[in-house]
Amino acid sequence: MRDNAILVVVARFLIPLVMLFGLYVQFHGEYSPGGGFQAGVLFASAWILFVFIYGLETALRVIPQRLIYALASLGVLLYALIGVLGVVLGGHFLDFYPLLDAPKAAQQTGIILVEFGVGVTVAAVVMLIFLLFARRRADTVAAGLDPDAADDVRVDAE
Amino acid sequence: MTLLSFINYWAVIILMMTGYYCMIVRGNMIKKVIGLGIFQTSVFILFISAGKVIGGATPVLREGVERYSNPLPHVLILTAIVVGIATTAVALALTVRIREAYGSIDDDAIDAAEEDDRV
Amino acid sequence: MLLIVVAVTVVVTRDLLKATMLFAIYSLTIAGLFATLDAGDVALTEAAVGAGISTVLILAVLALVPRYEHRRAGHSLPALAIVTLTGAALVYASFDLPAFGQPGNPVHQHLGAYFIDQTYADIGIPNLVAAVLASYRSIDTMGEAVVILTAGIVVYALLSPPPRPRRGKEDER
Repeated sequence: MRDNAILVVVARFLIPLVMLFGLYVQFHGEYSPGGGFQAGVLFASAWILFVFIYGLETALRVIPQRLIYALASLGVLLYALIGVLGVVLGGHFLDFYPLLDAPKAAQQTGIILVEFGVGVTVAAVVMLIFLLFARRRADTVAAGLDPDAADDVRVDAE
Repeated sequence: MTLLSFINYWAVIILMMTGYYCMIVRGNMIKKVIGLGIFQTSVFILFISAGKVIGGATPVLREGVERYSNPLPHVLILTAIVVGIATTAVALALTVRIREAYGSIDDDAIDAAEEDDRV
Repeated sequence: MLLIVVAVTVVVTRDLLKATMLFAIYSLTIAGLFATLDAGDVALTEAAVGAGISTVLILAVLALVPRYEHRRAGHSLPALAIVTLTGAALVYASFDLPAFGQPGNPVHQHLGAYFIDQTYADIGIPNLVAAVLASYRSIDTMGEAVVILTAGIVVYALLSPPPRPRRGKEDER
């Protein structure tokens, strides 16, 4: 799709905007609707738009597949570590109060960190799922199957 | 307590039954996934409409607002949407594998393929 | 009520591409409905997920499967009867539910009221949904993150082995 000028221009304009909005939703989630999950999805959709315009291989040069695996796990790990940190510092699991001295600041820090963990995981997993589905077609053709073939119409023979 | 005060439940029920019907009748797996999606969203509407207070506001605290809608259903549904997209992705992946194994994503054709295998 | 019309069309249409697009419209309408029902966070999520990601995923799958459904014989009458009966039973039951939007409903009495009153004192952030999601119910949210990761792993396990050519009828056993 790289040769369609309108698409490329509009996408070039939109992709940074969507990513910026994703970051806004991520870090402004305490004050307005939003949070880690929505931010992750927005970021991933900007990435998917990039894939549509520039192709999967270009996108994978920017964020390699291994990095996506690592990010998906790291997000959950960050979340769990924050939880364990609360235990180490003398509270309950996922208790944010021991993190800092001021209780409100401690809660806010905890919330921002776990939301960030959720955001990273969601973005990476959505990217991974889309990547796998998009790869599948090339693989199917490579295996000698025709993805566009009509169904075997065995039903009608009954 | 007029009859109109139940209209949200009726809309939910109609949508829910539409999704249910779609899942029962349609043999096509993608259609089943979409039906599941409709069913899911009907449950979302049920929860969100239960959390609504007439005259309430979005639960983001600010000056000059007396009454907020209930935030708890919103949180539950947020989680539910996430889980919903996860199940949808897994269902679609299974669909792709079924298509590769049986050459079709329709119930009847898959049954026929099974019969062929058995003979 | 546009919703119901769109939903019915989604079910009736046989062209899967059309159905997918209609499903995206449906999700967007739902997101608008959530916004009018005071659920800003949920509306944002539904718009991003329902209208965005799930449409893209279904389209990606449609690149792998045929676009049109099989025509099939009228199995639909018994199913229609079941659906109508279930729906009628639910409508009957709905009369026992609390009326829409009344502040005195049971759902607003316990935790909801606590969250609205106490969140600012406990945590000090204005978005109640974020506060409840990440602090009061944070273990729940961690479970959600784990579910997402698990779904990613499952899709990876299902789709990463290269597809094998199907066995033809002739080389069977």
